[in-house]
Amino acid sequence: MASDASTNEWETVIGLEIHAQLATRSKIFSGSATAYGASPNSHANLVDLGYPGVLPVLNGEAVRMAVKFGLAVDAEIAPRSVFARKNYFYPDLPKGYQISQFELPIVGKGRLDVVLEDGEHKRIGITRAHLEEDAGKSLHEGLGKLTGIDLNRAGTPLVEIVSEPDMRSAKEAVAYLKKVHTLVRYLEICDGNMQEGSFRCDANVSVRKRGASEFGTRAEIKNINSFRYVEKAINYEVGRQIDLLESGGKVVQETRLFDPDKGETRSMRSKEEANDYRYFPDPDLLPLEIDEAFIESVRKSLPELPDVKAARFCRDYGLSEYDAGVLTASRDLADYFEQTAASFTAAGPSTEHAKLTANWVSGALAAALNANNLEIGASKISALALAGLLRRIADDTISGKIAKDVFEEMWASGREADAIIDAQGLRQITDTGAIERAIDEVMARSPAQLADYRGGKDKLFGYFVGQVMKATGGKANPAQLNELLKKKLVG
Amino acid sequence: MFCQFNNLQDTPQGNVYDFAHTFRNFRMSLDRAQIQSIAHLARLSFSPSELQVYQESLSRIVDLVSQLEAIDTADASPMAHPLPGLSQRLRPDEVVESDSHELYQRNAPQVEAGLYLVPKVIE
Amino acid sequence: MLTKTLAELAQGLRAKNFSSVELTRALLQRIEASQSKLNSVISITADSAMAAAAVADGQIAAGNAKPLTGLPVLHKDIFCTAGVRTTCGSRMLENFVSPYDATVVAKLRAAGMIMLGKTNMDEFAMGSSNETSYFGPVKNPWNPALVPGGSSGGSAAAVAARLVPVATATDTGGSIRQPAALCGVTGIKPTYGRVSRYGMIAFASSLDQGGVIAATAEDAALVLNVIAGFDPRDSTSVDLPVPDYTATLAESVEGLRFGVIREFFDAGLEPAVERAVRDALAVYEKLGATLVDVDLPALPLSVPTYYVVAPAEASSNLARFDGVRFGYRCKDAVNLEDLYKRSRGEGFGAEVKRRIMTGTYVLSAGYYDAYYLKAQRVRQLIARDFARAFAEIDVLVGPTTPTPAFALGAKTSDPITMYLNDIYTIGANMAGLPALSIPCGFADELPVGLQLIGGHFSEARLLNVAHQYQLATDWHRRVPAGWAS
Repeated sequence: MASDASTNEWETVIGLEIHAQLATRSKIFSGSATAYGASPNSHANLVDLGYPGVLPVLNGEAVRMAVKFGLAVDAEIAPRSVFARKNYFYPDLPKGYQISQFELPIVGKGRLDVVLEDGEHKRIGITRAHLEEDAGKSLHEGLGKLTGIDLNRAGTPLVEIVSEPDMRSAKEAVAYLKKVHTLVRYLEICDGNMQEGSFRCDANVSVRKRGASEFGTRAEIKNINSFRYVEKAINYEVGRQIDLLESGGKVVQETRLFDPDKGETRSMRSKEEANDYRYFPDPDLLPLEIDEAFIESVRKSLPELPDVKAARFCRDYGLSEYDAGVLTASRDLADYFEQTAASFTAAGPSTEHAKLTANWVSGALAAALNANNLEIGASKISALALAGLLRRIADDTISGKIAKDVFEEMWASGREADAIIDAQGLRQITDTGAIERAIDEVMARSPAQLADYRGGKDKLFGYFVGQVMKATGGKANPAQLNELLKKKLVG
Repeated sequence: MFCQFNNLQDTPQGNVYDFAHTFRNFRMSLDRAQIQSIAHLARLSFSPSELQVYQESLSRIVDLVSQLEAIDTADASPMAHPLPGLSQRLRPDEVVESDSHELYQRNAPQVEAGLYLVPKVIE
Repeated sequence: MLTKTLAELAQGLRAKNFSSVELTRALLQRIEASQSKLNSVISITADSAMAAAAVADGQIAAGNAKPLTGLPVLHKDIFCTAGVRTTCGSRMLENFVSPYDATVVAKLRAAGMIMLGKTNMDEFAMGSSNETSYFGPVKNPWNPALVPGGSSGGSAAAVAARLVPVATATDTGGSIRQPAALCGVTGIKPTYGRVSRYGMIAFASSLDQGGVIAATAEDAALVLNVIAGFDPRDSTSVDLPVPDYTATLAESVEGLRFGVIREFFDAGLEPAVERAVRDALAVYEKLGATLVDVDLPALPLSVPTYYVVAPAEASSNLARFDGVRFGYRCKDAVNLEDLYKRSRGEGFGAEVKRRIMTGTYVLSAGYYDAYYLKAQRVRQLIARDFARAFAEIDVLVGPTTPTPAFALGAKTSDPITMYLNDIYTIGANMAGLPALSIPCGFADELPVGLQLIGGHFSEARLLNVAHQYQLATDWHRRVPAGWAS
């Protein structure tokens, strides 16, 4: 593998091609259902099977979804785009050609801004996006010397999103991929389920000497189905190419598969190298014309986009860019946050409550969702209920520490915060007198520690805090306790 | 361009367009390697003698259609559809099909558990 | 009964001169008896036809029959017919039973017509003589040593021999009109998009169009009334209302401007054919039409243009025949590549393979611009010539074919010789224009066809013009010897 020193003289160039399955009810060119996981070939009709005499008819919703995406990345929407046939033979491609778009795609140049781990902003160019149909699936297991073909997936609408080769590291690629993933889910055009294959990524990777103007030969890594694998695959491939070039070899332009078990990429020897796809406009489909009225109606249906929402969160809720980014990673999460923050008081959210809400939503709530493998929509604690809990922290009814226990109980039982607080008598003690009495009591029975503390052992402050907390069942208001204890210990 | 069709040859059959006459000893426009590569792209099997026949006839056809090269088409855009000015109709996003795989698979050469079977493909 | 037109048969059924069952039985027997002589059909659907005839008789008796209820039709074996073998003239689909009806078939079935069987055709519609069929050639009823034309040779021969009054057919470069001309019958290719292509096995998608072959223009109009119309399953289907094509048949042609296509009267046109065509034009002049010479200078480029575009589209359309989901599969394939190559190599005939190869070549990297794109530009030139002509002309006229029917085997050695048969017909497909051929006389005792080409969606006018000629002449009534009863 390349050492750090050689990575500095080499620059990585990455472009991503993302295939997102559009969340339409029916397929792009036929009226079959697009449902996942059905029994083999139960959703493959004559058009999907490429039977003699059948013809494609275009699903209007797929067009709307593609235009939605184009508008969301500030891209040109082609007033006229053309479907083309990509001709090749493979058993999961029933017609012997895939209906795609070649010279005239529906979406032209656009861009997407991403925030990298270190907070740096980068703009990634999008070359184009086009509509096409998905192929079926090949099953190689359990059929001996045969492969089984399931065409349920054949004809599912895809939008293929091609980025400019603007990414310079695996991390940048992952950031871009995650941003596109967030975006298509915001737009509700794709469910982003990478395990089920509704969001797939091919990475074009090459290296060149830093400062070189030409791009190196690239290899294409196909069908990587998780963010983690994307990073691993790219890093492996970069290392492989650098090693190859440094030992005097040449990078071959080829297609490679990522093997997640070995963490390696390997060449796809069985696939046709340099396939001549013989693209030509599909004579069964007329040119797709999109007018201003159509574009406007799609534009009106756009939700608030993630960047705009994040900016608004910073502005209106005073959140940091990082916090805003975390909360707007999904529309549902962002909505949940806003609903919670809005439920504090009738007067609406304030910056103070916003920070508290942000901490709890992206902290304890996110942790609970992750641990139980749930999406925010299935949260056991509703936004209103969480607001109820946070209100009690904000008004000092309970401490943050106690709140965590209440949260657990709310998740497990489904009961509201107030009910739990009352039932378990968890109210914070804020009565100065009561706290002072507790302090006096502890001081009285700890003469040695008192003497030591007064003699200079500052660390013993914690002992007194602990003892008073114990005596009050953990309910003494920590801030008040600290202040009063300080005064009393001094004497 | 059209003059080629005026190579009148009065053959015994009275066949006025006798291309065979005109092109009998011509050099073939396509070589064997090209024919083989086209046959592979088209997934067609040929015996060596068939290949020879196809090489000849394809070369003749290529010569026929190469006449188009000389035509001035500077102000003519490619016409993909015979009726100009039409655009693609959009269909509503509705599921209108039900599972008919048993009917459709009656024509299949080899099926198991609802899957179409082919010799194993290694990826 | 047997040599009557569709219109006459409809009248006969309504008048209860005979029943649909009687008619159907008689024609089925006639078809059966003709097979050894003509080989015009691939499948005969006797049982279902008799059952449907019985149902039709019931409807006629109950008084709720439609205009075409109980009347017979043959479908070219390119149209998918549910539950019935659909071979497209090929070994590739020798045992293919279609699970669905083509729209054309469904419409005629809904109109009450009774399918008697599927007609023979050039394999995958590629041919001009019906000699490329896997099921053997069709013979011309006028002279069984001669070809009937193609690719709809079976439909044309069947109608010419009066096995049925009407048959469906398809036309990509002349495959309705040319066999109609060689067999002395009437054939119409409608405007592109007028008749649905759904269920019509595709050859060249931007050129294919379904139509009808009949003995008379009136009969063709009756059938076109049913099969024309918008189909949401076909994206290239045009959403325009269908007129009643029979309503305007009786209009006079006086004052119509006929454009005589100069380029069609070239040195390739046989003198006897030219004589018959000129005589026909003289009849039109007598009927009051004005004849004007027109030039369509790009038209001679039709053949090379066609032989780029059509094979290109066909090479892609036929890629689905791979032995995986339906159709012919070779025995003992050792791997996937072997499966593809031998299933297709053995399943397809020579002409089909030749066109697939041609199409693959002209689309391939490095040749696409020079061939395919270039041909589509020349296509534009051809379409423009027609558009210019129709700005001043009502109907374009000329011969349908350069020669009458030729001998079986005469042109099979050289593909180009065969291709030149379509020289007058291809232009209309290039421009998507409606065109028909009507019998207009004889050359060497063989039928000659007159071609009429109209502007887009002018089928009513074309059928009217054809009908007026058929009122003034009787070429269309001639039946070949031996087939008159």
